Amino acid sequence: MSVDLEQFHQVFFEESFEGLDIMETGLMELDLGAANSEDINTIFRAAHSIKGGSGTFGFQGIADFTHVMETLLDEMRDGRRQVTREAVDSLLKSVDILRMMMNCEQDKSDPDTDTIKRQLTELEAILGTSSGGGEVAAETTSSSSTSSGAGWNIVFEPDANMMLTGNDPLRIIRELAELGEIEVNTHQEKLPVFSALEPENCYLSWDIILHGDIAESVIKDVFLWVEDECKLTLTPIVNESAQPVAEEAKSEATQPVKAAATTKAPAGDNKKAANAGSSSIRVSIDKIDDLINMVGELVITQSMLSLLGEDFTMENLEKLQDGLGQLERHTREMQESVMMIRMLPISFSFSRFPRLVRDLSTQMGKKIDLVMSGENTEIDKTLIEKIGDPLVHLVRNSLDHGIEMPADRIAAGKNETGTINLNAYHKGGNIVIEITDDGKGIDPDAVLNKAIEKGLVPPGANLSNQQINELIFQAGFSTAKEITDVSGRGVGMDVVRKNIASLGGAVEIQSEFGKGSTFTIRLPLTLAILDGQTVIVGDEIYIIPLVSIVESIQINSDMINKVAGKGETFKLRDEYIPIVRLSSVFGIENAKAKELEDGLLVVVEADRKPCGLFIDDLLGQQQVVIKSLEQNYHRVDGVSGATILGDGSVALILDIPGLLRMSVKH
Amino acid sequence: MKNAEAVVEEINERIDNAQQQDGDEYLTFRLANEEYGFDILRVQEIRGWEKVTRIPNSLNYVKGVLNLRGAIVPIMDLRIRFDLPQAEYTPTTVVVVLSVMSVNGTKERIVGVVVDAISDVVNAKTSDIQSTPNFDASIEIEYIQGLATAGDKMLMLVDVDKLLNIEEDVSLLDSEDHEDDD
Repeated sequence: MSVDLEQFHQVFFEESFEGLDIMETGLMELDLGAANSEDINTIFRAAHSIKGGSGTFGFQGIADFTHVMETLLDEMRDGRRQVTREAVDSLLKSVDILRMMMNCEQDKSDPDTDTIKRQLTELEAILGTSSGGGEVAAETTSSSSTSSGAGWNIVFEPDANMMLTGNDPLRIIRELAELGEIEVNTHQEKLPVFSALEPENCYLSWDIILHGDIAESVIKDVFLWVEDECKLTLTPIVNESAQPVAEEAKSEATQPVKAAATTKAPAGDNKKAANAGSSSIRVSIDKIDDLINMVGELVITQSMLSLLGEDFTMENLEKLQDGLGQLERHTREMQESVMMIRMLPISFSFSRFPRLVRDLSTQMGKKIDLVMSGENTEIDKTLIEKIGDPLVHLVRNSLDHGIEMPADRIAAGKNETGTINLNAYHKGGNIVIEITDDGKGIDPDAVLNKAIEKGLVPPGANLSNQQINELIFQAGFSTAKEITDVSGRGVGMDVVRKNIASLGGAVEIQSEFGKGSTFTIRLPLTLAILDGQTVIVGDEIYIIPLVSIVESIQINSDMINKVAGKGETFKLRDEYIPIVRLSSVFGIENAKAKELEDGLLVVVEADRKPCGLFIDDLLGQQQVVIKSLEQNYHRVDGVSGATILGDGSVALILDIPGLLRMSVKH
Repeated sequence: MKNAEAVVEEINERIDNAQQQDGDEYLTFRLANEEYGFDILRVQEIRGWEKVTRIPNSLNYVKGVLNLRGAIVPIMDLRIRFDLPQAEYTPTTVVVVLSVMSVNGTKERIVGVVVDAISDVVNAKTSDIQSTPNFDASIEIEYIQGLATAGDKMLMLVDVDKLLNIEEDVSLLDSEDHEDDD
């Protein structure tokens, strides 16, 4: 009985959240009026598992709530009830509420009981037959809050073989004693004479009086494991003081609601902390098997090499080289398979969009089809989590600013229903996500005027359409004529671009006025490994991420210009580019190249601004594994992390945008 | 050199033994002819000095970072930390790798410190440890948790968490930076 159920909570929550996702997806796909019973069954099963799980783990509120949903789904499944839009909407809302309740349980905070009650009432109203639904609701409230102020009379008669299943009545009674003061009366009548006594049987039964204000469900929990192996009768003790106690209970019941309202904000923070603390990943068994195979081969190679090393002669040199080659291959393959474990299909991120588009388009009175492709493209788990918000922003943007109202669309000679395409695919070492809409596109004149008005562009500037489109990524830019709930709060595309850049990616826009826009997001496949260029300054080795490098050049003195006698710039194809000396930003004293002609300039780009980073020499390109400096030390300006080179020494990875910011300070 | 390695090995062994028994054992080390002691339970290992990767614009006593079996570990010079005259790194110069708890006790970090040489492992009963007297104000006594006697020498017992709590110094560094900006 004293099994610590808490250790399974995390698994339960994860499974339940998955179940909720299944329910949500299932509900979205239901054909109104002519729903396939198998589809409903899938939703029903998900709900049923959640109900079962939450009951087992003592989340009574969730179990009761799901029960009502289940009743509704059951009737739909059996064809006793039509699948109406109203019902589906309400079920979707219930899924949201369940998710909220589950989050609250996870953070151990109080759920918003008002919303839950309102939703329960709504569900019951749909159930209509308030005999069915109402009863459940009554049960719900009664079972979770029934408590008798004075206590309980418990008659506990274990079956003779209860102890054979490992349940000890004494422990159960002890647990009851922890709930409140108890009086135990043991019945020994069934005890046989000693010669007939089977030591493994239980002959005793108990009358237990438990004092205190204890909910029935709490007591039932104690007997959870032995329910089927005993006779159990619970009767509340009624005494004269029951009336005031009940009232007291009522006032207590209202208080937590208020508390819940005030603690709502911190609860959100808790959630973040909890999620950051422990998250797990589901990996397909194939990937694990691959990995185990690889480890097996690695072990074989290792034993071969150590055998070879025991008495090594030069004749075996070739064998040794072979072995080392094998080792290298296995190591690389293993690295790849380990990385694969972190890869998840991007559908984890895409799956929320059908719901979002459905809800928002209804709210705005637009007709929109969402078409998704490439959902199985795999991407690092960390990236999936981090790309979610920028993606939502872009999709909302397309919904709000892109797609026109149905009437406008017809007037423009387009199909009444707009289309938003979400597409993901691999290209080179990157993953590309495209968000395309066939809406009104970007009006270059409106954008330019707005930019001039906001002082982002000098009046009379002559910009190409592409340059104008880029303007929407500027901070403080929003062309929405009126601020809507959906987008247009002025914090927008610049934040999106910044977030994506912080993941090592880039976002671009293509738009044709009147025809639609495409946003293209390019992201590295993983955050754990990057392609780097090793460079040397003095005797220190640094890594520059390849994505930031435009080119590397050697310059002669006639390309160099000084601004105000100090700031060095050089002219590259009609563009003046500032020069940053890594040695001076990082205070490296023994740099070999003192004059700009002696070293190399690596032209890097950060926030679309080029800059020449002056170093001694380039060494080579290699993939590096990113290690955190913060784990044992703290963040260092201009450095995004560290890596370990082939000789075991540590090299720092440069954070190009940070470095350029630092150079401005210097 | 051979000798130094043997000493390191022997002491590493004694650390392992000490970690199995309970008691107040301290790893003692020398720094500018003074004897100091670390709580031995905080000591992870002792390594010879090897070249580290410098960290740009860091605190002066942070020598750099080292690869310790895949983890990036900062290495600090205790002489600079204690404002003692700097010494050449010799073959007996060692790095003591310590585990440091953050102020609120939630995060454990691994930090290496450079000391002149390690001496011994001594047993000091709690009753033998004297609280730190008030020195001249120029000596930062907050890092010393107490005094003990080893043989005929005085031993200063270092409070590892206070000494190596770099967060405070880092924030100091940041504020200096801002002053520069102004």
